[in-house]
Amino acid sequence: MRQIIKIAWRNVWRNKLRSFIVIASMILGLWSGLFSASMMSALNNQRINSAIKSQLSHLQIHHPSFQDNYDIKYQINSLNEVLEALDENKKVASYSSRIVLSGMASTARGATGVKLIGADHINEKNITDIHSHIVKGTYFSGSTSRQAVIGQELAEKLKLDIKKSIYLTFVNENGLQERLKLKVVGIFKSGNSMFDGSHMFAKKDYLDKIFGKKDIIHEVALVSNDINQVKELKDELLVAFPDNEIELWSEISPELGYANEMLSFFLYIFMTIILIALSFGIINTMLMAVLERKRELGVLMSVGLNKSKIFLMIAFETLFISIVSVPLGVLISYITISYFGDVGIDLSIVEEGLEQFGMGARLYTELYLDYYINITLLTFLLTFISSLFPARRALKLEPAVAVRSI
Amino acid sequence: MNVIETKNLKKIYSQGEIKVNALNDVSINFKQGEFTAIVGPSGSGKTTFLNTLGGLDKPTFGNVMIDNLDITKLKANKIIDFRLRNIGFVFQSYNLIPVLTAKENIEFIMLMQGYSKEKRNKRALELLDAVGLSKESKRRPGQLSGGQQQRVAVARALASKPKFILADEPTANLDSSSTKNLLDIMYDLNRKEKMTFIFSTHDQRVIDRAKRVITLEDGKILSDKIT
Ligand SMILES: Nc1ncnc2c1ncn2[C@@H]1O[C@H](COP(=O)(O)OP(=O)(O)O)[C@@H](O)[C@H]1O
Ligand SMILES: [Mg+2]
Repeated sequence: MRQIIKIAWRNVWRNKLRSFIVIASMILGLWSGLFSASMMSALNNQRINSAIKSQLSHLQIHHPSFQDNYDIKYQINSLNEVLEALDENKKVASYSSRIVLSGMASTARGATGVKLIGADHINEKNITDIHSHIVKGTYFSGSTSRQAVIGQELAEKLKLDIKKSIYLTFVNENGLQERLKLKVVGIFKSGNSMFDGSHMFAKKDYLDKIFGKKDIIHEVALVSNDINQVKELKDELLVAFPDNEIELWSEISPELGYANEMLSFFLYIFMTIILIALSFGIINTMLMAVLERKRELGVLMSVGLNKSKIFLMIAFETLFISIVSVPLGVLISYITISYFGDVGIDLSIVEEGLEQFGMGARLYTELYLDYYINITLLTFLLTFISSLFPARRALKLEPAVAVRSI
Repeated sequence: MNVIETKNLKKIYSQGEIKVNALNDVSINFKQGEFTAIVGPSGSGKTTFLNTLGGLDKPTFGNVMIDNLDITKLKANKIIDFRLRNIGFVFQSYNLIPVLTAKENIEFIMLMQGYSKEKRNKRALELLDAVGLSKESKRRPGQLSGGQQQRVAVARALASKPKFILADEPTANLDSSSTKNLLDIMYDLNRKEKMTFIFSTHDQRVIDRAKRVITLEDGKILSDKIT
């Protein structure tokens, strides 16, 4: 066996140019596949991260009925206990308790449906990054209470600018329409135009004053120290507060979570196709290598190499090609993906198109370790399968015929 | 004592409509220690005959008995194993594994037979010495001349301690001095170690060295002379 492996290994290097070409194409194929996968994965993660940072946070708590139609009366159950639990839980980095009003925003120039988020604007900075996306004006300032920070698309729809007034009409606890008048102090652009067209922020103190009490809270949004702990955190909270609705970001925005799953599925399909194409290249090359060595293989059979040894020898030759190229291909991919993961790839040419999906102008490539490992295994599996074809072909050689053919 | 006995060997190749009688009723025996040339013009059936004797090819009719075992009845994998232990082959060319050195080529056969490392090493060196290639032991076939390659092939054929060696035109690609050299070595091995050689050739100088000359024509034995 060791001798067979030794011969197979040396055979790989007999036709150096050919082996080099096959190995290079394997490396290139793996690299281009993994690198594109890392770009797609980065685009997706960027979209998710930007959604998490500007809107979703990691976890949100609501009254179970609140999200049905944002009825103001559905406030979080056992609020004080919930907040206490959050204060004590080590997985919680910070949280923001919000009043959420759904209503109609209007100006003299138009009207549109919006969600007004009333939060402690200082604390809110720990949860969402709207404050760092202000394109005009400021993210609240001074002590005046009727301030509003609105999305850029919303400003455009209503022809609003800073220092202008905006009215919000909503249904109050008694089922009556009520109207707030706010003054725009800042306009933000989160990168997601859908969000920016339907959201505005106000100071919670002001809303508290309007409602005459401090404990109206519809929504607690929280950020964990580690996004991987959030699922656990949710389960803990659910046990403690079964009468509230507690949702992960992927549940609040199922299309994002779904896109995430779809993508990883798609990436495997994508890689499999590339690898199958590469396998055909290997099979073809190795078949050639077998056919042009008919005579030599015939002699080997004549002097006592049985079929299983011939089979092994050819199979090993094929496997060696992938044993050389897979680690190299994966390593080169890893290095380039890490490099562009640090410095990023400039996407400014296509920025306009991506922006409305919440993607930034620089792409930082990234790929999960799982994916590297699975693709490596998949490649070995496929090359193992490919190695069977040339080896089987070698078995079909008849020694008497093979030794005659030149 | 007969090492090989053939009975009514026939080999018919059919190429579409045309049938070729490559061997036509060949019955002949070979004794231990022979040094026999199979001669005849191209296409007379020499290769077919040697391949059939060595079990590379199955006859259409007839039997090949080696030490009273009918090898035409052996299954494919059995015959390979039988060859490994009983028959040495030397072909016209491409005899050696190109990626192994001369010594490794010789040891390879013994490795297949399960010899220990020390035994392999000792015997390979002995055989290289016997064919006059001790200095070339570490060279690969590509770095050896045609004559040297054939001598390694003979050494390798001997390595498995076969009952006989079949050589199909072993000198066809060699110049006259290499031819003489190879024949000297084969002749010596025949004389000293009683190794049986059956080789085909159409080189008169090779024929002159043989102790028995069997002439084939159109797959039939035309003459069988002991000199
Ligand atoms: N595989 C084959 N198919 C058909 N005919 C063959 C085959 N091998 C040999 N022959 C024919 O058998 C005859 C004997 O061939 P061969 O044994 O090679 O002769 P030699 O070795 O004396 O030149 C020739 O006529 C040759 O054409
Ligand atoms: Mg011939």
